[in-house]
Amino acid sequence: MKYLLLKHYRGGPAPVVDHGPMDQWTPEEVDAHVQYMRDFGDRLQEKGELVDVQALTPEGTFVRFDGEGRPPVTDGPFAETKDLIAGWYIIDVESWDRAVEVAGDLSAAPGPGGKPIHEWLEVRPFLTAPPAVTD
Amino acid sequence: MNESLLRELVPAVIGVLVRRGADFASAEDAVQEALIRALETWPDDPPRDPKAWLVTAAWRRLLDATRAEASRRDRELAVEVEPSAGPAPATDDTLRLYFLCAHPTLPPASAVALTLRAVGGLTTRQIATAYLVPEATMAQRISRAKRRIAGLPLDQPGDLGTVLRMLYLVFNEGYGGDVDLAAEAIRLTRQLVALTGEPEAAGLLALMLLHHARRASRTGPGGRLVPLAEQDRSRWDTRLIADGVRVLQTALARDRLGEYQAQAAIAALHADAPTTEETDWVQIVEWYDELLRLTGSPVVRLNRAVAVGEADGPRAGMAALAGVSPRLPRYAAVTAYLHERAGDLEQAAKLYAEASRAATSAPERDHLTREAARVRHLLRG
Repeated sequence: MKYLLLKHYRGGPAPVVDHGPMDQWTPEEVDAHVQYMRDFGDRLQEKGELVDVQALTPEGTFVRFDGEGRPPVTDGPFAETKDLIAGWYIIDVESWDRAVEVAGDLSAAPGPGGKPIHEWLEVRPFLTAPPAVTD
Repeated sequence: MNESLLRELVPAVIGVLVRRGADFASAEDAVQEALIRALETWPDDPPRDPKAWLVTAAWRRLLDATRAEASRRDRELAVEVEPSAGPAPATDDTLRLYFLCAHPTLPPASAVALTLRAVGGLTTRQIATAYLVPEATMAQRISRAKRRIAGLPLDQPGDLGTVLRMLYLVFNEGYGGDVDLAAEAIRLTRQLVALTGEPEAAGLLALMLLHHARRASRTGPGGRLVPLAEQDRSRWDTRLIADGVRVLQTALARDRLGEYQAQAAIAALHADAPTTEETDWVQIVEWYDELLRLTGSPVVRLNRAVAVGEADGPRAGMAALAGVSPRLPRYAAVTAYLHERAGDLEQAAKLYAEASRAATSAPERDHLTREAARVRHLLRG
């Protein structure tokens, strides 16, 4: 089963730990966090559970069709209030429970003082094609 | 027989077929099939002239394909134009192929893919892996590119500048993976230098060699970005540096300066310095002046400000930023650095954080976040 793990810049439930923006941590804390993320990715890869990981910039725009012959409408850069996706992991794991476990590990990435940041992550199962044969 | 020899023959063979009137896509398919045949038969029966062998084999494939579709009359005509086997002519077909692949009507991403396929002789799978896209996506991109240039005459002189820019794109893309695009770009540029003898092609080759020489020291453990000042200079590849400097000097001696030669000169001055402090910043600023004169580029003006900051102090560096748009990528990073050097840590921390939000790659973002954290820490401590 494939699952999408979404990281958010903003949006989702209220944070449970206020660890402040990353640029206000110590350099060692930043290093430890980045290293954790890297090790996390490596572990997933070794287990054969990693499909894809990508980071997104904080810039983004909503776009929609505005009628034949007219340029698409855009709403400009994301306003402060909008939900904002920071990046994703796509994992291919045995079960929903394992997907939740993986997201839990990711949320345990260290922040200031080496303590877990308790970041909220969104876990979404992929829609799959119906099986051709039912057994 | 080795694969790289085969790869080098590919563009020349495609070039010959296209010159004989084949359309690009069919020529390429025919050459791919001839290559498979070569891999099967050469180990037992090596040809005297591999290129002529490939031309003949590919041309036969083309004709077979035509015959399969065409009428009896067409078939007979086709047999008549079949050439006799013999030494294959003219290397300048390869050069024409470069110009065709880098045709200005192609979007850069397509031009890159097509060049790697037709001139570089890479497989679609290899190119797809190097660009981290599915093979089907890359196959589509290459077919679209081929359709777009179908029917373009191959005897028009191309734009060397477009070819050089495209090779530079390949180089910049190329870190890691099954195919090392940086190494591939160097190989192709070397070939182009041999074909054209243009000082700017040599300038680009020198620039690539000099950057490539510092590659191992540019990233730390876990892919962390290491800025020039902190790089372990003992890990720089002195052989590549010497090669780059030699190529550059030969180009400069021709006295037809261009932007790649000027950039390579700056890279050579960095490569030549034992430490950041001992870098000849004054001469680097002079080369940036040349580069600015040649390109008028705002990015050059921004980079020049960093060099001025090193040569004449951070205040002069900030003054050199006058007229540069703050919306440029890396503007915040440059001003952050200059403010830190000037002792304005408060502002520097704020700007590093701003720069990290504007970063376009993950290693760059992590690096700038860390810089912000470092300066804030200095402020507290």
